[in-house]
Amino acid sequence: MEDIVNNKVVKVNHISMKFNLMEKRVDNLKEYIIKFFKNELRYQEFWALKDITFTLAKGERLGILGLNGAGKSTLLKIIAGVLKPTEGTISIKGRIVPLLELGAGFDAQYTGAENIYLYGAVLGYTRDFIREKYDEIVEFSELGDFIHVPVKNYSSGMKARLGFSIATIVDPEILILDEVLSVGDAKFRKKSEKKIMDMFDKGVTVLFVSHSLEQVKRLCDRAIILEKGCLIADGPIDEVSKLYEALVGETEKKPKKKKKKKKKKKPVPKDIPETNVQKEAVAQDEPETTKKQEAAAQDEPETTEKQEAAVQDAPTTNEQQKADVHDAPETSEQQKADVQDVSETTEKQEAAAQEGRDNSEPEQI
Amino acid sequence: MMSNAIRNFNKYKYLLFELIKKEIKLKYRRSFLGILWTLLEPILTTIVLTLVFTRMLDWGKSSDYPVYILTGRLLYSFFSSSTKSAMKAIRSNATMIKKVYVPKYIYPVSSVCSGYVTFLISMIVLLGAAFIFKIKPTVHLLTAVIPLVLLFVLALGVGLILATMAVFFRDMEYLWGVILMLVMYTSAIFYKTEKVDSKWIFYFNPLYFIIVNFRNAFFGHPMDMQALAIAAAYSFGALIIGIILFYKKQDKFILNI
Repeated sequence: MEDIVNNKVVKVNHISMKFNLMEKRVDNLKEYIIKFFKNELRYQEFWALKDITFTLAKGERLGILGLNGAGKSTLLKIIAGVLKPTEGTISIKGRIVPLLELGAGFDAQYTGAENIYLYGAVLGYTRDFIREKYDEIVEFSELGDFIHVPVKNYSSGMKARLGFSIATIVDPEILILDEVLSVGDAKFRKKSEKKIMDMFDKGVTVLFVSHSLEQVKRLCDRAIILEKGCLIADGPIDEVSKLYEALVGETEKKPKKKKKKKKKKKPVPKDIPETNVQKEAVAQDEPETTKKQEAAAQDEPETTEKQEAAVQDAPTTNEQQKADVHDAPETSEQQKADVQDVSETTEKQEAAAQEGRDNSEPEQI
Repeated sequence: MMSNAIRNFNKYKYLLFELIKKEIKLKYRRSFLGILWTLLEPILTTIVLTLVFTRMLDWGKSSDYPVYILTGRLLYSFFSSSTKSAMKAIRSNATMIKKVYVPKYIYPVSSVCSGYVTFLISMIVLLGAAFIFKIKPTVHLLTAVIPLVLLFVLALGVGLILATMAVFFRDMEYLWGVILMLVMYTSAIFYKTEKVDSKWIFYFNPLYFIIVNFRNAFFGHPMDMQALAIAAAYSFGALIIGIILFYKKQDKFILNI
């Protein structure tokens, strides 16, 4: 929108990405054929991205914000060309260098030197180019004689250093960063940051994903927010980061309420990644359920068993239950007694809950 | 689209070269004799097969039996090893495929190519054997190129089909092992076809027709045109199906690996 000049390097045009989550994963021929004939091949559709559109001009530095499961990585993968969108088109002008999980593409048996050629070839460099830059790569990676040792003997820091050195030996037009500004030790980190800053100065276009708003603010001049696969904000970094702060703050304020919410309610199907916001909404709507349950528990102690069953479906619940117990200020003696009966079941519940804790949930009581 | 594909291939042909080199280099890296195994292995297996089958199948006095076995065995072992590694190519390069865009066909193609390079190296053994058993080269030897090309095309086509299928169905790896055994026994590696009653079975095995013509060339007989036609039909058929299948399914690979 800001400029009419045709210097858009990234054009993302109404892209959507659909994943078929099979109810039960079928990966062998027998099952597939049986299910095929019984017409039991069912998929659950899940849209990781819905109708995303934006463009990036040369030199723009875009931060991509969003909670876990919002679709950030999917978007990056589509831009990097690794994934193909279900709908929509994308056009890229210029060389992309993805700095994602550095060193993941190395062959462990190969020495560092051999991997320079291999990984360089993967990134699309020519042989002459790599040969020419070889010394520079080795020097920047600070590996010294280790360069002739098989990569399987490298530490993860060494791998990352080598990966970074190879990937950044060219000046890319588009740089994809996924929280990699923390490579290696402090000294190398400084060096790599400087190198990236140099690229910034040369006018590289950047796509940056990070959970640290601080970093995004420092590096980017524009940001978008994804939520549940939808683009909900796009604009200059100051505005968007405020919005994001508000969004995150909102979700962080309410852990208590949220905990209460889930109690006995039907667990939300796991396939649909729910965000805290959603949960909170539910929670706010029916905070009184917990009370009811407490009451019920008093009258008939065997309900706890049902609760336990329910809890196993919805793993996070046990803490709320405890919270309930503490919270309820007017608890009578009798209730306390009940609570004690229940206490052994809560232990089991805890165990059950431990297995599948929803990590997107802030954990405080 | 076609010119696009070619431009893309040009960009990544150095990667193809690097991958082929890597597979060959790593194959023997930790072994004491290294690349010599490419030569030793067919010699040793041929000796074993000769010892076992000369007696068992009553071969008689025919002195070129070891060469007969060696021709069949070399071709078969290239076919089996390269299709097997092509089948696993997508999954064993999964980390790379998930991170960086690279045309995916490059992985199965490099598996087949690297197998072909070692296969060509092991041809030295065949030349040595021909010399020892005094098989005179004739003009027909020149036609050996044709079955060798068909063999490559066939392995590539089958490799692409298998690579695609193995992404979606892991069982392919086991199933293919069994099918390969069937291919081996119907390829007339260590017996002569005259003694086989039910010859129809050979028609299901393209490798057999390739071996037939390779042997013709090697032992100084003219080419069997029918065998050539069948082998060519199978080979190019497999390649076309392989390319179409791979092309249609490649975007789904990443969701399954």
